[in-house]
Amino acid sequence: MDFYFGLAQLVGVHTLLGLSAYIVLLTGQVSLAQAGFFAVGAYTAGMLTVLAGWHLVPALGVSALVSAATACAVGFPALRIKGLMLVVATLAFGEGVRLFFFNFDYQIAKGEVKVGPLGGEGFRQIRFFPEHGWSTLEVMLFIWCFVLLVMALLWWIDRSRYGAALRAVGEDELAAQAVGLNLTAIKVSAMTLGGGIAGIGGGLYAHYTTHIEHSSFNILVATFALAYPIVGGLQSVFGTVVAVIFVQAFLIEGLRDLGDWRNLLFGALIVLAMNLRPRGFLDARTLASLKRVFGGGPRA
Amino acid sequence: MLDLKGVARYFGGVRAVDGLELTVGDGEIVALIGPNGSGKSTTVNLIAGVFPLSAGAIYFRGEDIGGLPTHRRLQAGIARTFQNIRLFGQLTVWQNLWVAQNALEDRARRGFFARWLGGRARAREEIFQLLEFSALAHKQDELAANLAFGEQRRLELARALASKPKLLLLDEPAAGMNSEEIGQLRERILSLRQRGVTILLIEHVMELVMGVADRIAVLNFGQKIAEGAPAEIQADAAVRRAYLGGEA
Repeated sequence: MDFYFGLAQLVGVHTLLGLSAYIVLLTGQVSLAQAGFFAVGAYTAGMLTVLAGWHLVPALGVSALVSAATACAVGFPALRIKGLMLVVATLAFGEGVRLFFFNFDYQIAKGEVKVGPLGGEGFRQIRFFPEHGWSTLEVMLFIWCFVLLVMALLWWIDRSRYGAALRAVGEDELAAQAVGLNLTAIKVSAMTLGGGIAGIGGGLYAHYTTHIEHSSFNILVATFALAYPIVGGLQSVFGTVVAVIFVQAFLIEGLRDLGDWRNLLFGALIVLAMNLRPRGFLDARTLASLKRVFGGGPRA
Repeated sequence: MLDLKGVARYFGGVRAVDGLELTVGDGEIVALIGPNGSGKSTTVNLIAGVFPLSAGAIYFRGEDIGGLPTHRRLQAGIARTFQNIRLFGQLTVWQNLWVAQNALEDRARRGFFARWLGGRARAREEIFQLLEFSALAHKQDELAANLAFGEQRRLELARALASKPKLLLLDEPAAGMNSEEIGQLRERILSLRQRGVTILLIEHVMELVMGVADRIAVLNFGQKIAEGAPAEIQADAAVRRAYLGGEA
């Protein structure tokens, strides 16, 4: 059973990563910086629990704030660039963060051993969960509390006027300005919220793996962050969850027995999925029919 | 209401608008006509704040608005429609109007969180009126992209009105419409005037221009070549040569 709980932990953390890209994508910004915000959150939360001895919950709060502040700082220059140039710029930022942690040493002695981030060796002994005797199930439930909280927040935003404004900006920036929407405020706030979500996700990730290093936050992670909401569909937050389950549970774990064939199938199945469902797993029509079936269910 | 003083916009060596003087009084309907490329749309874009001015100044209700960003001008009371319709296609008709409620008075009346994160209930009455005015009430939950052409034009006008503008800039609102739809548009424009909205209309369709405008200004190569009542403009020799056609 622990295997499935572990898998659910992974799915939960990746859902947060995907949702952090989801809200940014709504405004039409394609950002490869999410892995960078994820890394900032992971290191911040890890250092607070290991070095400062904090409880994990306030540490996650601080890591969300630090990542959000980082994202806000990235959001302003990102306003001036669009499309492919933004992809390149955010990719450069993400790599910058990774290289920063590759060179980041901050160790203190704790009893016999030294703990803390040590450059390329990474940051080991993030042992909050084992030290407090949390079982895999408890950790899984803890992670999913945050996932559900964030999903509820984004679901609410999606139904609000702010959510409609995010989508309006994503569709047509000129028209959005012409109806009185402040492009700067909307794009930067979406980036900041996305950063905060990635920060929580990173903090949780650091604690359930107990060991993070710079390569845990490479371009592949940034690509996954973008792929989840795109494969899942931008109509609803539930699409991102479905996509994470599809990719992590089915493609990566479910096909593990296939050995090398898995890597080949992985790409092919993603291409197939996108061809069959070009607007994502949960597109407007699917959501509408789900709503009919369940009556008063999730509103797009 | 609106005063353009020596307004100019150059794109490289092209003088799209070149020293334009134009005044639009309170409650007036002024039409801006001229051949293609004469600078009409550029003028609208300058008033709405899409491009910065190359020279000159724009006064709106006595204040210089030349340096304000687009969304601030809207909040001050200048709304517009686009020559090629620019709706938010993946939002519903209702949402298209909802996101456009950014008038200063709305900002003052509702608190920040109520405005952005509050539910739909507060906005319902005003949006209902806009939908009625535009004959779109039956389509309120349709995606804007799925509307017919004429409906999209009506929605774009309604969206501009959602911000309760004092000055409305209409950039070729009748393009692609048949004469029945033009008749309905005329009624709408005249009823807006009754409510005290000042209108600057850019249009090629003379049927509409002559039917609603109090005053017409004619542009050619970025400069104003004539201005006057519709009858005077129709009789003006320079205008006929440049634009209206005929053997003057």
